[in-house]
Amino acid sequence: MPYQLIGLAVFLPLVGFLINGLVGRAILARSPGHKSEVLVGIIGSATVGISFIIACMMFFALLGSPAEDRSHTVEYFKWISAGSFHVSVAYQIDQLSILMMLIVTGVGFLIHIYSIGYMHGDKGFWRFFAYLNLFIFAMLNLIMADNFLLLFLGWEGVGLCSYLLIGFWYDRKFEKGTTGDAAKKAFIVNRIGDFGFLIGMFLIFEMFGTLTFNDVFAQASTLSVGNKTVMWMTLALFLGATGKSAQIPLFVWLPDAMAGPTPVSALIHAATMVTAGIYMVARCSVLFALAPTTMIVVAIVGAATALLAATIGLVQNDIKKVLAYSTVSQLGYMFLALGVGAFTAGIFHVMTHAFFKALLFLGSGSVIHAMHEEQDIRKMGGLKKYMPVTYWTFFIAMFAIAGIFPLSGFFSKDEILWKAFAGGNYILWGVGLVGAGLTAFYMSRLTTLTFEGSERFSLKGDHAVHPHESPKFMTVPLIILCVLSVVGGFVGVPYSLGGNNAIEHWLDPVFERANEKLLLASPHGGPIEYVLMIVSVGVALAGIWLARKWYLQSKEVPERLAANNPGTYNLLLNKYKIDEAYDAAVVTPVLKTSDAFLWRIFDVKIVDGIVNGIPKVIGMFSGVARKVQTGVAQSYVFVFLIGVVAIVGWLITR
Amino acid sequence: MLVDLYTYLGLSAMLFTIGVAGVLTRRNVIVIFMCIELMLNSVNLTLAAFSSYLGDQTGQLLVFFVMAVAAAEAAVGLAIVISLFRNRQTVNIDEINILKW
Repeated sequence: MPYQLIGLAVFLPLVGFLINGLVGRAILARSPGHKSEVLVGIIGSATVGISFIIACMMFFALLGSPAEDRSHTVEYFKWISAGSFHVSVAYQIDQLSILMMLIVTGVGFLIHIYSIGYMHGDKGFWRFFAYLNLFIFAMLNLIMADNFLLLFLGWEGVGLCSYLLIGFWYDRKFEKGTTGDAAKKAFIVNRIGDFGFLIGMFLIFEMFGTLTFNDVFAQASTLSVGNKTVMWMTLALFLGATGKSAQIPLFVWLPDAMAGPTPVSALIHAATMVTAGIYMVARCSVLFALAPTTMIVVAIVGAATALLAATIGLVQNDIKKVLAYSTVSQLGYMFLALGVGAFTAGIFHVMTHAFFKALLFLGSGSVIHAMHEEQDIRKMGGLKKYMPVTYWTFFIAMFAIAGIFPLSGFFSKDEILWKAFAGGNYILWGVGLVGAGLTAFYMSRLTTLTFEGSERFSLKGDHAVHPHESPKFMTVPLIILCVLSVVGGFVGVPYSLGGNNAIEHWLDPVFERANEKLLLASPHGGPIEYVLMIVSVGVALAGIWLARKWYLQSKEVPERLAANNPGTYNLLLNKYKIDEAYDAAVVTPVLKTSDAFLWRIFDVKIVDGIVNGIPKVIGMFSGVARKVQTGVAQSYVFVFLIGVVAIVGWLITR
Repeated sequence: MLVDLYTYLGLSAMLFTIGVAGVLTRRNVIVIFMCIELMLNSVNLTLAAFSSYLGDQTGQLLVFFVMAVAAAEAAVGLAIVISLFRNRQTVNIDEINILKW
């Protein structure tokens, strides 16, 4: 199998970006209409589709190789070479990266197809596809890189694309500002995380003298657990992960990222980019395994984020906001998994989450499309009969994310909870369980309010809305993702349910070194595992049932709850006022200092003072010197005469 | 009566001083111009006096050069003065400052 093809798979989306970015506008301008749009869309989708096919080929090639021969590095050229510092553009194909690549290109391809339908008629149609392709290119660099620097290049690249796509509708209003504000927020918050990533990278180079994964991890596996430098290194890397993967304390950008078009939310802010942090931590599992403190921090941050975001999701009224908080919460689960050493479970959840969360977002996009850009679920309802495909796929995705047996979410979420429990982290398990119940509740609430009950919008009159099922370009990806959401979990059926946990076997070699360091007691199955499964499914079912009951039959219950606890309700509705707190603690002081000191004193007085001061001093001296040059020839002659007299006088009296 | 060299030199020095004083103090271009001529001619007088005193023809030769230069200078200078006057209606040097920064 020519693994060299990986470069083609990575660069094809870049080609698509260049084509659509350079001539896409011309294609659409020459013959405006659906056909040109499809052409542009096909160019964008095909490049990703071919990448997906290549990824599949490699996946099967790896599958056919013996387990010890499943890691290949393909080096293309030396990128940077300075002294002892060498970085190559090289891609690493192994079990973890190929799995991520399948997710990114597969789900990415479906979302590209969906976008052809969703973005129909948008004036930036070509720009949208160019950005999406650029994103896929950056994301593939991120996951295929065989060294930290190339990973960082992809890391920044996806951040840039995220920025560009959040602000895609730059002329639209979003909440208190414009979509541009949301884009800037995402970009700036991510910079904080990137700072951590950079520090981590510096420490790695300082300690190991290289940035190549294989070399770093080989050296790291000889270190002993509890190394202080490794602890700081991993904490710094984890800060980077919290930025990209929207964890406490840097999760605030993700809900605002919903300002972008819905396919972007599905692709970047749910399925792929936000899992980059999880991928990175999993990739560096050896380093994290060496730092038990960091592992605890990761697990606690993950669990806390899962719970916090889930509670916020309970009361949000914007269809995409609910999904955004749900994403934050699910990412929290993944970090919880990583933190308790269940790297496989974390990656497994990345995969299943990519399926059902992309599906949920695309479904919400379909709804928004049908409702003429309405996103408030209080103004929806009863959409079931207008858009059956969207409804049924959304409905199934709801069960998948809630973790109902035997849909994909059940296996991955249950694996995480079980690993947390088996590792003795009962509190984390409890938090995860509560979060699972809340997840089921808010997803059920969202589905119920959106699709069921009676229509809460006018079907007649001036503001009439005529909901309709979306075109094939949109429904077909929904159906495919729905199938994946249903069957995606079967790659990880645990032994206790008669499966062979294929994904764990597949990924084990990648995490072998880390697992050696962690010395996790191999979880014993037995009755307790079944009990936990039944408990978590029971909690999820209870959540779904409760929300359906409340929002379909006894609508007064949630209203009464909100009215009786206005403090709690408003706190949740306003997202714990975290944005306001950050504004007060960070943004306002920075703005104030910038205004009062940096601008009015430092810039105006000091910088401008120096700049203006130098010519002023020169001017002062030249003002004096200038007096000599009167321009009156006679005074020159006079001076000349004095000189002559002086010289002659000196000559005479000598 | 033979006039001795010092008389010539004294006259020449006086003429030169008058020329310098004129150049420095007067504001009328034509007067300044005339004063410059005066200075040139006082030098000519010195040259002629030394030439006669030393019995050397070189000094007188040089006088012709000076006169030729003075004539050329007078032609160019007066031409400038005329065109200046046509433009500015003045020959006062304090008012002629168009080349001053």
